[in-house]
Amino acid sequence: MSVENHHVVDTSKLDEIISTCGGKKSNLIAMLQKVQEVYRYLPEDAMIYIGTKVEGLSPATVFGVATFYAQFSLQPKGKFEIKVCDGTACHVRGSMPVLNAIRAKLNMQEGQLTSESGLFSLETVSCLGACGLAPVVVINDKVYPQMTSDAITIVLDTLIKEEN
Amino acid sequence: MEKTKLNIDIKEEQKKAQENITRQGLRVLVCAGTGCVANGSLKVIEKFKELGADVSVLTDYDKMTIVPTGCHGFCEQGVLVVIPDKHVTYVKVKEKDVEEIYESHIKNNKPVERLMYVDPKTHQHVQDDEHINFYAKQTRTALANCGNINAECIDEAIAVRGYEALSNVLEENNPEAVIETIEKSGLRGRGGGGFPTGRKWRFTAANRGGKSYVVCNGDEGDPGAFMDRSVMEGDPHKLLEGMAIAAFAIGADEGYIYVRAEYPLAIKRLRKAIADAEARNFLGKNIMGSDFSFEIHIKEGAGAFVCGEETALIASIEGERGMPRPKPPFPANKGLFGRPTLINNVETLANVPVIILKGAEWFSQMGTETSKGTKTFALTGEVNNTGLIEVPMGTTLREIVFDIGGGMRDGKKFKAVQIGGPSGGCLTEEHLDIPMDYDNLIKAGAMVGSGGLVVMSDKTCIVEVARFFMNFTQNESCGKCVPCREGTKNMLKILEKIVAGKGEMKDLDTLEELAHAVKDGSLCGLGKTAPNPVLSTLKYFRDEYIAHIKDKKCPAGVCTAMKKVVINEDLCKGCTKCARTCPVGAISGTVKQPHHIDQSKCIKCEACFTSCPFRAIVLE
Repeated sequence: MSVENHHVVDTSKLDEIISTCGGKKSNLIAMLQKVQEVYRYLPEDAMIYIGTKVEGLSPATVFGVATFYAQFSLQPKGKFEIKVCDGTACHVRGSMPVLNAIRAKLNMQEGQLTSESGLFSLETVSCLGACGLAPVVVINDKVYPQMTSDAITIVLDTLIKEEN
Repeated sequence: MEKTKLNIDIKEEQKKAQENITRQGLRVLVCAGTGCVANGSLKVIEKFKELGADVSVLTDYDKMTIVPTGCHGFCEQGVLVVIPDKHVTYVKVKEKDVEEIYESHIKNNKPVERLMYVDPKTHQHVQDDEHINFYAKQTRTALANCGNINAECIDEAIAVRGYEALSNVLEENNPEAVIETIEKSGLRGRGGGGFPTGRKWRFTAANRGGKSYVVCNGDEGDPGAFMDRSVMEGDPHKLLEGMAIAAFAIGADEGYIYVRAEYPLAIKRLRKAIADAEARNFLGKNIMGSDFSFEIHIKEGAGAFVCGEETALIASIEGERGMPRPKPPFPANKGLFGRPTLINNVETLANVPVIILKGAEWFSQMGTETSKGTKTFALTGEVNNTGLIEVPMGTTLREIVFDIGGGMRDGKKFKAVQIGGPSGGCLTEEHLDIPMDYDNLIKAGAMVGSGGLVVMSDKTCIVEVARFFMNFTQNESCGKCVPCREGTKNMLKILEKIVAGKGEMKDLDTLEELAHAVKDGSLCGLGKTAPNPVLSTLKYFRDEYIAHIKDKKCPAGVCTAMKKVVINEDLCKGCTKCARTCPVGAISGTVKQPHHIDQSKCIKCEACFTSCPFRAIVLE
């Protein structure tokens, strides 16, 4: 997955995404997923571009779809995307203390998506289907099973250290 | 109807595939499902491969093959390593253990006892699946191959009779007979509703002639359920075969599998399986030389629970906001892109090939009067053995929790089971012995739903759980219809108020009134079932609600607003550790004197509780 940090939208890249999705409006969700892979969020200009370019769509429709699905973010996400599972099994086995420990460690407020440094973004998700390993935290597709406040702090320390 | 002459002899293919497996020598199965991968199974596989390169050491075999499989179901004990020829299942295997298994067991035939499963009741080591209660009491049908075959290898699927049912159906060339078999089997939708599958097929087949679709609903959104993920990851070909049979029966030539984006491994394996099946002409144009053509596409979801509802799922495949549409028209008449569409859940479709192979009668012998066959449940929460299980319909909750589940963990007391996720309800001690099937559970105020079973102990607050589910459904409500959008919001407000210790008795009446309004007035299944967790907990655990409201106490000691952290002065030695740990400076006292917590400052984070070396801090 290639990640670019600039927020100026590269229209040739968008054209490429549109064409790999067959330019069909029924593939809008797939297009937005690919855009998010590139920019780590959906830049407004990219949504307007797709909404104008693809037949049968309008920028309003694209915005409507983008805001409907939880996967899409209109703000830039961090380099490390932390997802804390708060499905039933994880919740019962204590996902909230883990979430609080992450917030404390990264100095993030409730409702804040990305850390000051831009390194981490934090969200809760409903269920990752790894209930046998509850509570679970996923950081950039790597699953960390049976987390505790202490264990996740160690994980974050390691990531921060590697980054420095 | 005239039989079709096929150009692929599936029996011959099967024989070849089985011979290939025999040639693999000693098969070492290593689970590579999401759970075990998280526990490091890829490293275990690498290590085995490294060691296995030296085949001269094997006495009874000329070689050893490491088979990465789908989910075995016993996720908490991962990484699981099974060597069928040696009748052994190793649990919690780490990379560093591989050498010992290899040296001791594979080379010298001495099993490694310390890596075997320990029975929580007898504390004995158990060597193989047949003696591990978690497996011994299960009947695996939909999950039969999960964990036994390499999910990324089509030959392994063929060896265990994969695509034989499809071949039989195409050869017989009688779609009507296929529908009849499914009807007779009594199979009902495994996604939650329990609608008779055969009837759904018949409705859709009535519109035969033009373009129609088969859609597989793999949007397993219920928190606490992961059976569909296991089938898609562990035995993807069974699902593809089930879809192809359904498509043949109703006359469709195109299919979609809608998978949650949260399941990247399932998406990867399905893509590979589709490509492999097309290469063998088990999918694609003129399958096996018949007139029947069928292609399958994968659609990735983008995180919206409501898309599990069939009309919302259709909207999402069409690239729109996943909002449900009013029924009628039913998808059987006007579904995807306005065409007749059959929508079945993953587990439902995974049951189809085996019903065709073994017959409707074989299937309908399992289960209860109204619910036939087996059902998978995701068993999680406060039990010893968590994981994915499959049992005949009608199995009691007691058997599941106390036999398969191995009882409550850490000696906690059983309080309730939450079944069916945010659409389901609670079952309590009084329900431990009712046979679990679609209808009995509805009678008890719960539902099978997708099959998530979360076991709760006396340390779980029921009111908080109700708030948790309401928060979930409120978040996921798509906002199209007023009862669901506004109703769930206001129900959540009341529950938050109660959990915060600010509830009043009249809130309970309002809560119930709202619950019925949402249930009766909502457009789709999400809203119609959203009040279930509240209604069922109000029915069975009203006392706990009242304790929160009248006594301002949380009997389980969970709700922070009602918690009080105090220092037992007799035990406190004045070591000052707690005062230094407290993030808000709520603890004061002089060295070697008992300390004190200022309740107005305390945020109940319990940091002092864990820091105290003398256990002098008490939660009230």
